[in-house]
Amino acid sequence: MTKDEHKEGIGGMANPRRYGIERVAYLLMRLSGLGLLAYFVAHIYETSNILRGQVGWDELLEMTSTTEGHIILSIVIGMCVFHTVNGIRVMLGHGGVGVGKPARPDYPYEPASQNYRHKIGIYSAIVLAAFAMMYGLAVLFGE
Amino acid sequence: MAQVTSIAEEQTSTPLSSSKSITLRISRYNPKHDDSSIFMEFTVPYQKWTTVLEAILDVKKHFDHSVAVRYSCRQATCGSCGMMINGKPRLACFTKISELNSNVITVEPMSNFPIIRDLAVKFERMFDSHHKIKPYLIRDDTELESDAKEFLQSPKEVEQYIQFANCIKCGLCNSACPTMATDSSFVGPQALAQAYRYVADSRDKGKDSRLKMIDEPHGIWRCHFAGSCSQVCPKGVDPAMGIQLLRGYLLGFRS
Repeated sequence: MTKDEHKEGIGGMANPRRYGIERVAYLLMRLSGLGLLAYFVAHIYETSNILRGQVGWDELLEMTSTTEGHIILSIVIGMCVFHTVNGIRVMLGHGGVGVGKPARPDYPYEPASQNYRHKIGIYSAIVLAAFAMMYGLAVLFGE
Repeated sequence: MAQVTSIAEEQTSTPLSSSKSITLRISRYNPKHDDSSIFMEFTVPYQKWTTVLEAILDVKKHFDHSVAVRYSCRQATCGSCGMMINGKPRLACFTKISELNSNVITVEPMSNFPIIRDLAVKFERMFDSHHKIKPYLIRDDTELESDAKEFLQSPKEVEQYIQFANCIKCGLCNSACPTMATDSSFVGPQALAQAYRYVADSRDKGKDSRLKMIDEPHGIWRCHFAGSCSQVCPKGVDPAMGIQLLRGYLLGFRS
């Protein structure tokens, strides 16, 4: 990609302000995906410490028992729930499910693919992720 | 650097019975000479019906005729005057100043297209992608016999693709697409929607060759259904729907 191409780049791709809730969901899907990938790598590193024996394992486990550890785990729970629910919505859409039927468009040309079913799916993913995070915080800090 | 200029009352093409005016910020950039773009500011009077294109043409007529802008039909049919208006891709001839609810209007060249100069961008890549998906009917009987009649279609069959035949190739969808923002090789929503337009046409027999063409890493699989293309389309084409329906063929949901 060169300057001559005049592409918006990562900044334009990640800007969620211009195109409604669908673009917000697009950004959250990317961020949660990257977050879960990072967690997956960290999780493998963490669990591999069992090779250091009981002491090493307990040391690593203590890290997740701190306030910061609890908050990170809660964020992971939220990312996991959002990515799952929104992922199901996107997968259905990719198969042509719930994107509307082709028809002669009438002004003001509301796009059928951006219908209320998908908006409900996006808001549901956000709300469920928020609830899951709150539940996770309650469980982790309620120990 | 910015330049502020106002239209003299006796010269404006917009009647000045209206006291309303806006500040029009126009991006100026010539890739041959300039390192970066600058904005020039003009104070332009407007009426309820004044379009952004009319305001730009007022600027060209009265202040700076060197402002580069592509336009033709002025009625959202030719697809020439696509540009970023207050950060979103729109047709300048189809966007009224009054509907923007802003005293400052910023016009820039469309994102994800190489700039020729100022507001004019190159369409070559988009047209190449469009051409690549074979935007015409493919049939075995390529030569029509002398007594052949038109290919009959039922209204239901026409409905399957007529929405996508409205595409005016203005490029707004490609400009809004988040994948186009980062992937120089992506086919783009315009071409993919047109691929669906022909695949869904009951007269066409080129489905397999078109699906093969878009079934590649920078093809249809790079669309992540953000839907921005459909939100900016000025003709109601809804490329996002076409792409998902097209993907349904590849995933086996449609035949």
